Amino acid sequence: MTFLIDRRSNPRQKSAVNRQRFMRRYRGQMKQAVAERLKDRKILDQNKGEKISVPTRDTREPNLRHGPGGRYTHVLPGNEKYSVGDRFQRPKGGGGSGNGEASDSGEGLDEFVFQINQQEFLDLLFDEMELPNLTKRQLSGLEEFKRVKAGYSSVGNPSNLSVVRSMRTAVARRIALGAGKRKELKRLEAELEALQAPPGDEARRAQLLEEIETLQQRLERIPYLEDIDIRYHRHIREPVPHSKAVMFCVMDVSGSMDERTKGLAKRFYILLYLFLTRNYDKTEVVFIRHHAMAKEVDEEEFFGSRETGGTVVSSALRLMGQIIAERYPVKEWNIYGAQASDGDNWHEDESRCMDLIQQLLPLCQYYSYVEITERGDKPLWKTYSKLLDQWGDCFAMEHITGPADIYPVFKALFGKQQA
Amino acid sequence: MNQQAMPSGYDWTFESLQTFDREIAAIADSFQLDTYPNQLEIINSEQMMDAYASSAMPLNYYHWSFGKQFLAVQNSYQRGHMGLAYEIVFNSDPCIAYLMEENTLTMQVLVIAHAAYGHNSFFKNNYLFKTWTDASSIIDYAVFARDFIADCEQRYGAAEVETLLDACHALMGQGVDRFKRPQPMSLQEEKRRQQEREEILQKQVNDLWRTIPEKQADPGAEQILHFPEEPEENVLYFLEKNAPLLEPWQREVIRIVRKFAQYLYPQRQTKVMNEGWACFWHFHILHELFDKGLVNDGFMMEFLQSHTSVIHQLPFDSPYYNGINPYTLGYSMMQDLKRICAAPTEEDREWFPDIAGADWRETLEFAMRNFKDESFILQFLSPHLIRDLKLIGVHDDAKKSYLEVTCIHDDAGYKQVRDALAASYDMGNLEPYIQVYNVDLRGDRTLTLQHEMHNGRPLEHDDAEEVVRHLHTLWGFDVVMESVEDGKVRQSIRHSELGDPKA
Repeated sequence: MTFLIDRRSNPRQKSAVNRQRFMRRYRGQMKQAVAERLKDRKILDQNKGEKISVPTRDTREPNLRHGPGGRYTHVLPGNEKYSVGDRFQRPKGGGGSGNGEASDSGEGLDEFVFQINQQEFLDLLFDEMELPNLTKRQLSGLEEFKRVKAGYSSVGNPSNLSVVRSMRTAVARRIALGAGKRKELKRLEAELEALQAPPGDEARRAQLLEEIETLQQRLERIPYLEDIDIRYHRHIREPVPHSKAVMFCVMDVSGSMDERTKGLAKRFYILLYLFLTRNYDKTEVVFIRHHAMAKEVDEEEFFGSRETGGTVVSSALRLMGQIIAERYPVKEWNIYGAQASDGDNWHEDESRCMDLIQQLLPLCQYYSYVEITERGDKPLWKTYSKLLDQWGDCFAMEHITGPADIYPVFKALFGKQQA
Repeated sequence: MNQQAMPSGYDWTFESLQTFDREIAAIADSFQLDTYPNQLEIINSEQMMDAYASSAMPLNYYHWSFGKQFLAVQNSYQRGHMGLAYEIVFNSDPCIAYLMEENTLTMQVLVIAHAAYGHNSFFKNNYLFKTWTDASSIIDYAVFARDFIADCEQRYGAAEVETLLDACHALMGQGVDRFKRPQPMSLQEEKRRQQEREEILQKQVNDLWRTIPEKQADPGAEQILHFPEEPEENVLYFLEKNAPLLEPWQREVIRIVRKFAQYLYPQRQTKVMNEGWACFWHFHILHELFDKGLVNDGFMMEFLQSHTSVIHQLPFDSPYYNGINPYTLGYSMMQDLKRICAAPTEEDREWFPDIAGADWRETLEFAMRNFKDESFILQFLSPHLIRDLKLIGVHDDAKKSYLEVTCIHDDAGYKQVRDALAASYDMGNLEPYIQVYNVDLRGDRTLTLQHEMHNGRPLEHDDAEEVVRHLHTLWGFDVVMESVEDGKVRQSIRHSELGDPKA
């Protein structure tokens, strides 16, 4: 006897729980691996998972088995040339062992490699980080609404008619209105039945038949569907918190910024971008590069081309202000600024800078400045330091000296605040 | 019957599978194959990977190691490093065979013959499976186990349960009885008895570890006190019954792990025979289909191509050599047995006087029912096959710098090759033999395990240290693992002397 069953449509991901447990167990190692992986990622390259490796040593499941040593006779197939007494060197790595001991990774490598998806990658990357001031604008200025289902109502637009609900109410009404009559009808029919057998009271029989007739007519008169049965889907307008963000990448591309510095800046922007996409439904990026003049460019040009010339930071800030005014109404957009620079600025630009940034900061959710430099206390650092007292909740600045700093600095900027 | 009536072509349908299954069942019946009812389940590749990760158990408790297994399979599959099996079969009643949806019609017919009739009849009739496994209740028991462990996680925390399972898994190889028959399991019975066990066990343990010393009436009795009185080979069993600090639920978890270990144990001892038997029958069944005119030449070509690659044996000097292929060895031995019965040579009559010229079907049935890999090879490996496979014995003594060929496929060597090959399938050779030797009842409760060194082979040291740590988790007091050869301790791992874990 054979049963043939098609299991293909069974719920998927039967191993999901076990997989999760594995990931939870090796969270520490995986976080490290994820930080490593960041080096190779592109800024807008976001819809990809990652290949993660964890040292096999850590994931080993020990058991009691034989180690090398002792005496053992291997039986080998396919001999073409050896006869009894032949000797040869012991092959390295235990070749020819008939034990078939499977290495636990199936690969025999030092690393246990596996794939994680984008969501898991970001979870690991941004573990214990949060966006500062996230609530501020979500609570204020609720001007966007979306329609959500909110049960049923007895008034509404014909296009929102709920047939199932209406019919259900109708059935209930018909049962309720007819219950008494049906009971009566049953009683009368039973009586009629009883009268049927002996030829008895003809008058009573006629009366019964008439009453039954009436009752049946009344039952039939209960309307199948009435106005009061009709139900409509009800929708309400629910305020939506703003979930659009725009990220301004502001970078100095003057002669003093070399490839390495720009590479460091790029990695910082990647992190910020990934982080924002996780927190907002929609994230746009605006690239502004500047030397003495500021210009909005695309990603390729932002990181690619080189310019020479002086450095006027205020030009970039002014452009950012303009773009916000033109395209990103503050009420709708969460605005993030991320500025990377080697810290140079034209000294006469300082006061203009201060003015502009003080105008920008109230518009921004958060503005971070990273200075990529070997030595601290460059002009721009000094300028921005003055902001910290007044704007400490939405402005932060950090130093980066090498690739190893980026993730820690990012963590410092966005780490969950104590308190 | 005519060929037009049978489905053919590349793709299978449920109707064509049913038609073929009916035909195969009829043929299997004519060959007197005794099987459990079949449950053929069509699955996709992800479900196949699930099956890989859970030793083909249709359901199991949750543990990270299964997740790791799944990730490893998934990774090598997605990178194209390995293909997935065409089928996996699970020993239960009804016998569950998973068939991959990607298989062609020919492959589906092949795997139905192979798994649903070949393996199935082996599971039902081989003495090891009959003794050790109860196919009708394993699914029930798995349900019980999963629910029980889930319940423990709720009550005592997932981390706690995970630590315990890690320790048990490390000792799974030492969680089997090799000589006693286990009790049959059933869900209701299991639940009822589990309650009982909890109470009784705890009482016994308490008694064993009573801290108030009783006065010994007989001073001689102290000397006899050796616990356990006889060495115990089932380490998990010993811990379940005797570890002093475990909670009742922890004992139950140990029991669950060792029950599963026991259930899967016969498969490890009959790999060669089981695959050989299944290959032998798919070969015969498919040829019978062809002889009846139910399948065409194209079908047979595809089948033979797949069959030959499955039973292909690489020579040992090939760079891809990966040990003796159990399919080749098993299939060749089965075919060879048939040959010895049906057309014996002088040599066969000399080596196998009992079976040369006997009825082949009866002889094969006898061999399938009453042997495991080791004894099967020892009994039935013929000189003819040793020559065909060109088997040689190479002796490896760690004390010498070279390997030496001790026997080859010639008159002088047949017996030696056969003995050596059989020995390599002996569980004692494959796995270290470890027993619970003593508990220091009078002193600090140190648990001593002894590894009886087979041919001077030591334990893999790093792993053994890790296992000793796990043993300590379960036992709660110091643990010593001694490797003993000729009554002398060659190597000793003591938990209290191990440093902190490396990781």
